[in-house]
Amino acid sequence: MKKRILTLLLVALTCAGAVMAQGRRGLRINEVMIQNDSTSVVDDFGRYNAWVELFNSTFGPLEISSVFLTNDRNNNTLYPVPLGDVNTEIPARQHVLFWADGEPNKGTFHMNFTFTPGQDNYIAIYDANGLSLIDEIVVPGDLKPGQSYARKVDGEGGVGEADAWEVRDGSDAKYITPSSNNIIKSTNSKVDMFAEEDPRGGGMAVMAMCIVFTALLVLAICFYIINKIGASISRSRKIKALAENDEVEEHHKEQDSGEVIAAIAAALAEHLDAHDRENTVLTINKVRRAYSPWSSKIYGLRELPNRR
Amino acid sequence: MAFSDFLMQNLQEFWHLTGFYNATFKHLVMLVVGLFFIWLAIKKNFEPMLLVPIGFGILIGNVPFNTTAGLEIGIYEEGSVLNILYNGVSAGWYPPLIFLGIGAMTDFSALIANPKLMLIGAAAQFGIFGAYMVALLLGFAPDQAGAIAIIGGADGPTAIFLSSKLAPNLMGAIAVSAYSYMALVPVIQPPLMRLFTTKKERLIKMKPARAVSQNEKIIFPIVGMILTCFVVPSGLPLLGMLFFGNLLRECGVTNRLAKTASNALTDIVTILLGMTVGASTQASEFLTWETIRIFLLGFMAFVIASASGVIFVKLFNLVLPQSKKINPLIGNAGVSAVPMSARISNNLGLEYDPSNYLLMHAMGPNVAGVIGSAVAAGVLLGFLA
Repeated sequence: MKKRILTLLLVALTCAGAVMAQGRRGLRINEVMIQNDSTSVVDDFGRYNAWVELFNSTFGPLEISSVFLTNDRNNNTLYPVPLGDVNTEIPARQHVLFWADGEPNKGTFHMNFTFTPGQDNYIAIYDANGLSLIDEIVVPGDLKPGQSYARKVDGEGGVGEADAWEVRDGSDAKYITPSSNNIIKSTNSKVDMFAEEDPRGGGMAVMAMCIVFTALLVLAICFYIINKIGASISRSRKIKALAENDEVEEHHKEQDSGEVIAAIAAALAEHLDAHDRENTVLTINKVRRAYSPWSSKIYGLRELPNRR
Repeated sequence: MAFSDFLMQNLQEFWHLTGFYNATFKHLVMLVVGLFFIWLAIKKNFEPMLLVPIGFGILIGNVPFNTTAGLEIGIYEEGSVLNILYNGVSAGWYPPLIFLGIGAMTDFSALIANPKLMLIGAAAQFGIFGAYMVALLLGFAPDQAGAIAIIGGADGPTAIFLSSKLAPNLMGAIAVSAYSYMALVPVIQPPLMRLFTTKKERLIKMKPARAVSQNEKIIFPIVGMILTCFVVPSGLPLLGMLFFGNLLRECGVTNRLAKTASNALTDIVTILLGMTVGASTQASEFLTWETIRIFLLGFMAFVIASASGVIFVKLFNLVLPQSKKINPLIGNAGVSAVPMSARISNNLGLEYDPSNYLLMHAMGPNVAGVIGSAVAAGVLLGFLA
């Protein structure tokens, strides 16, 4: 019973961990525009409204219905993202745009609050319980019309960490990217770096071989130590067992001489009418093997080719 | 429309859908390649469990058909049966399942008893990075070079897993190349082993490995997984499944699971993997100059890997006491073609001394090679993905 309760507790703990891991902690406020001055994107009604871009920084889809968006530090549950809209599931590493137009009856992505240009604007996302803060940021008040406030790298930087953000003015270097990545990558930067810095591959060979050797060396050392510990434990057990055997033998030597044992055995044989004939019954048990030669790697996958 | 015209029109449309109408010279070449693989497997007994599914897969993948008809039959057509089966390759989940089976059927005792043999498995991975350097010289991009170089690990599932992540367009050629060279291990390795060893070295007799307790066998997969994956987390899918399979085998209370993982599951995945890898070699994608270069690089990777294992043992012997010298004939087993390369070591050892059985000693570096190639794949994935 105790075992069962313990197992159930372990399973429950594991499930709780998994649920926590699948939470909406990966949701990030990624870019914000307080004054949309007709140089940026329009909503589905053709109007230039302020917008907030959310980014799913995880590598799995994220359902955001029932999380809360707010611009009021005293009201965590100002705008609940409505249920029942399939578009509230953000694919992995993708974005969604919310309009701060104060008209929630225009659709799921139209919030019931607006921003105030010329002053700091607070934006936060709270989880469905209205208590757990997922992300927050204060957009500086000196943002000009048509400028956005964006994370330097999509989803990177901590909660409310202003150092990870920058003002973007729409120039070639500081482009504004509603519903798109803040950094547009046309190539794999890691591959480019290796192509540029290590064109002959010597660096990769040295680094990678060091890592492979380290991994296996650590494993080898670890098992060398385990070997030593195992050997010393078995040695001490053997010594202990030998000592016990010696004690038992001593004890028997003291009490039972060979003559006594022979006399007892003879008496028992006489009494039980015991004899040394065997019953001549031979039992052959089938030997069950844990593998099938048909599919065993040893016998199958890597057979030596035969010349025929 | 006259009835005869109607018949002729439909028959003509049907003719345009047939393989005879759509066949090209490339299709015929690939069909011959598929037949050659099947012949190798059946008549020459070269890796039949792999080459029969791959060979037949090549036939399936190269039956010509009208690709513009939207028949949803081709392996690259979204929603076709072959495409659904191919997901295990393209998304990379067949190889970890194969590793689960390998773990469940591998006895790591030789490695646990003599942990220094793990270093031979590490040394043989130089084949991968040597081939990486040559691939860069031939003009491949670093990610493509990494995917091609993994052929030197002599591990089909690892090669498929890595190429599906780094260079999906080269995966067919890489997989076929890896399995082909694994089948040719008995042809490639012995001359190299003879070349790099002296007769005296080939006669070295190693002490029999000590018996390993069950506790050690249970600790090995747990500690092995934690240590190697802490060093290279990107190797988690392969290493995690390998060690998990081994724990199922060794813990003694999950015999049913170990049996399923090492038999039925491995067989099912081997069939699907082999067949879909074969089918992915469609003539239009496969018969290119690049494929030939991949085959050449793969061969080079195999040669470097086998040679570096043997040379490493010779160097290692310089620092080992006389009583603990290692026979360099087990160096080739550092590539992870399990247990083929270990059997090559054994056969060659017996050739020079009929009483010198090296199989169990060679199994140590051989299974270390499996771990080493998975770690190397994790390193390449971490650096280049």
